[in-house]
Amino acid sequence: MGSTNSTLSKIPNVEELMQETGFTPAHIVRLYDRFEALDKEKTGHLRPQDFGAINRLAMNPIGDRIIGAFFSPGQETVDFHSFVRILAHFRPADKKRPKDPSMPEPVNSRTSKLKYPPLVFSLISVAFQLYDQDKDGKISRAELLQVLRSMLEMQVTEEQLESIADRTIQEADLDKDDAISFEEFRKSLEKVNIDHKMSIRFLR
Amino acid sequence: MSMSDSLVSCGHLDPVIAQGSTQCREARPCIHKASQRMSSDLGSGPPSSCMHIQWDLKGKTKLSLNQHSYSEMLYEHNSRDQELVRLTELITQLLVELNHSLTSVIPESALLILIGWILGGIIYGADKMQTFTLTPTVFFFYLLPQVILDAGYFMPNKLFFSNMGAILVYAVIGTCWNAATVGLGLWGCWLGGAMGDIDIGLLQFLLFGSLIAAVDPVAVIAVFEEVHVNEVLFIMVFGESLLNDGVTVVLFNVFDAFVSLGGAEIDAVEIIKGIISFFVVAFGGSLVGIIFALLISLLTRCTKNIQIIEPGFIFILGYLSYLTAEMLSLSAILSIVFCGICCQKYINANMDERSVTTVRYVMKVFANGSETIIFVFLGISAIDPAVWVWNTGFILLTLLFIFVFRFIGVFLLTWILNKYRLVPLEFIDQVVMSYGGLRGAVAYGLVAMLDENKFKEKNLMVSTTLIVVYFTVMLQGITMKPLVTWLKVKRAAVTELTLAEKIQNRTFDHMLVAIEDISGQIGHNYMRDKWHNFEERWLCWFLMKPSARKSRDYIFNIFHQLNLKDAMSYVKEGERRGSLAFVRNETKADVDFNKKFRASFSEIMPDIMADNMGPDHVPLSSILQDIVPSVCLVMHEQDLTMRESEDFNAHHLLQQHLYRGRKQHRHRYSRSHLETNRDENEVQEIFQRTMRSRLESFKSAKMGVAPAKKIQTKHQKKDKPQKMPNGNSSDKSKNHPYGDKGTCSLLFTSLLHYMKWLTRPPQLRGHQPPVVCIIIQSHSKAISGICLILENRLD
Repeated sequence: MGSTNSTLSKIPNVEELMQETGFTPAHIVRLYDRFEALDKEKTGHLRPQDFGAINRLAMNPIGDRIIGAFFSPGQETVDFHSFVRILAHFRPADKKRPKDPSMPEPVNSRTSKLKYPPLVFSLISVAFQLYDQDKDGKISRAELLQVLRSMLEMQVTEEQLESIADRTIQEADLDKDDAISFEEFRKSLEKVNIDHKMSIRFLR
Repeated sequence: MSMSDSLVSCGHLDPVIAQGSTQCREARPCIHKASQRMSSDLGSGPPSSCMHIQWDLKGKTKLSLNQHSYSEMLYEHNSRDQELVRLTELITQLLVELNHSLTSVIPESALLILIGWILGGIIYGADKMQTFTLTPTVFFFYLLPQVILDAGYFMPNKLFFSNMGAILVYAVIGTCWNAATVGLGLWGCWLGGAMGDIDIGLLQFLLFGSLIAAVDPVAVIAVFEEVHVNEVLFIMVFGESLLNDGVTVVLFNVFDAFVSLGGAEIDAVEIIKGIISFFVVAFGGSLVGIIFALLISLLTRCTKNIQIIEPGFIFILGYLSYLTAEMLSLSAILSIVFCGICCQKYINANMDERSVTTVRYVMKVFANGSETIIFVFLGISAIDPAVWVWNTGFILLTLLFIFVFRFIGVFLLTWILNKYRLVPLEFIDQVVMSYGGLRGAVAYGLVAMLDENKFKEKNLMVSTTLIVVYFTVMLQGITMKPLVTWLKVKRAAVTELTLAEKIQNRTFDHMLVAIEDISGQIGHNYMRDKWHNFEERWLCWFLMKPSARKSRDYIFNIFHQLNLKDAMSYVKEGERRGSLAFVRNETKADVDFNKKFRASFSEIMPDIMADNMGPDHVPLSSILQDIVPSVCLVMHEQDLTMRESEDFNAHHLLQQHLYRGRKQHRHRYSRSHLETNRDENEVQEIFQRTMRSRLESFKSAKMGVAPAKKIQTKHQKKDKPQKMPNGNSSDKSKNHPYGDKGTCSLLFTSLLHYMKWLTRPPQLRGHQPPVVCIIIQSHSKAISGICLILENRLD
């Protein structure tokens, strides 16, 4: 389509982006439109307040953490490439895509940020980052408490909260260091069919 | 269709009866001739096929028909009829209510048909003929409009219009395809001799095809209530079932006219006329609906002083739109659908909260009632040997063709559509869509309207239609759910999830929703934005009450002005004092909204008042919230051992108190459930907490160490994460990803948006005072800080 091509030409390095993430041109255009709509001041970068303008995110218990996940530590802005890369994590793993050995593996089938062996679901790494705010590779009891706090209703008392956190750590913590490492996290999620859950269809 | 009452009676009776004997039951009225004569007497249109005889419930002396005028009889019969109908309905509703577990396996509509059969059997057994059948008049004028109005009024508009293209494709092209293939297929088989010897022709086959092709909204809703499919799929089938009426009416009338003309007279002109009539009927019907929607909205705008009868207007005008379209020979269903769709927003804004609730409930009551009656009557109508003509070939072939051609049609159209859609419809969706193409009462109503003289095989068609309806509603309805579960992706083992898994599941749900919101599920569309602007500027001005409009805009403006004013006053103060450091030490910035704005905005700002404040200037309701106990904990601890009880409690807590988040796969339209408020309360709570946490982090970032005065309430004690004993509070600012300026702008923007959101329909607001008063009262320093920064930026 004419409009697709003209919009595509506006984006730098779009070929590389498409290859890396596996999005189709139509998708990239749509994401670009969305990026521009969010970027009200047309700076080419998104800041946290642009995300904050999305009303519905504020109605999400972990909305702020998700916003945080878009920004690498130390960075204050997000450009279009990073935006798309992060969203690519949430595409369902496409089993039908031909595995071209010469192409680099698409983003959503390996964990690029951690030094662990490639996993099928890099979603787990994104989820792990949501918990692990101080990026030390472990979910401490305090961090778990924070997340639990944000996801439970106000009526739950502090003691109840702590007991839930304690039991959760007990269940998942295999090496008894009172924290959940990435491996333990991943193991505890074996039964959850993540790909099915996280299939945001329109990102296919 | 004429407005004549179909209750006619016969002139041929046993002479015994005519003499006024007490035995009434042996009367054998002559169906066809009498009805014809009656209708010609009364000057009505196509005669109905039903016959009614006065049946005295108490078994008293039957009145001689000859001795009474028709009108008297009609009146008496009418009331008996109504009695029976009400009784029927009551019984069926009771029976159905008793068996909730049953209805999850067998859809309610199937059960109702069964009950209809039983009742029909009783009536037939008592009366030796079928006294009650579903007449087209009753169906099309008294039963169907409520159902469709309910569908239109509760239609999820956004979803509907964003999928409009696909829905139209299925409704128009799909129905035409179904009609053509079924008609031609049957014709071909008839030519091939599979049906034996019946007096029928190509045009009649096409007509039959067109009336049996239409998917029925009543049946679809009834079945999809139980089967939970995703929104898009649901709106496709639902939308298709509503919009295909335009096509069905046109095809039916066109072929009816063709049959009257006879095959020889049909030439290109006629066919072109037929095509044009489609556009006229469809668009004309929609236009009538939209005009009435405008009327209703305007009307509700002016009804401030007669709020008590506002609900009545909605129903009357809705029904009027139906009748008007019918009168103009346009598509009545389309008219009432669009009336409901277009007026929702404005009447919800204009009318008083109680009127809105009334309208919603009454509409559900009517719709449920009508649906029940429709299905029961569909069942009763079957127990009537007079209409049954069995032709194995015809019936079986019809069933086969509608099934097969529906599948083929849907798959074909979806394949074409998927090339243009960004969200493709998957295989399982297509299967559900094909399988969910249920036929129902509309088809039966149409077939009952046929004229016997033109259609010699009318009874055959009626029987076939009944069998098709039963087959689709009952068989397909019952097997739909198992089919869907079988087709779905292999599920994880249904073992008890651990705590970590449960929490993680929920986290993933929230993540999913958040990412969808960020990436903008419904894209930004030029046309949609343009429409939105037009609507905001002109339509809302025209159709909404001034006060409704005001509350959408003015509170937002108040807040904005307020902050600017405060910011300016602080800057001035700072200039006077030499520095802005005073901001940090101020104990409480007194922003008294009451004084400033009470005069002009008192009616709009009822809640931001000190009346609701507790002793510490924190809204009472938040304190009250704490007092709600978790009863379950106490009850069970005695039974279980310590460890088990902990385990149990933890799981139970999670079950009870995890935020549910926005469900992807939730049914947006439901016949029997009105949306409860729990979601909205939850959303408000989450919003408040997000705002507060953003404010906290901003404050701690801006002010350094924990602020001088923090309002200690029970409420705040819960909100402890920032005060974790491991001394992390000072690290908060470092950890915070947004940075200083980022946070405050973020906060301000969020607050503004929250205000905007807050002033949407009053139902959403609930009875909790808006968070802005909490924030402003207790953290006014922060707000002033924000304003300062803003002020700097404005310069």
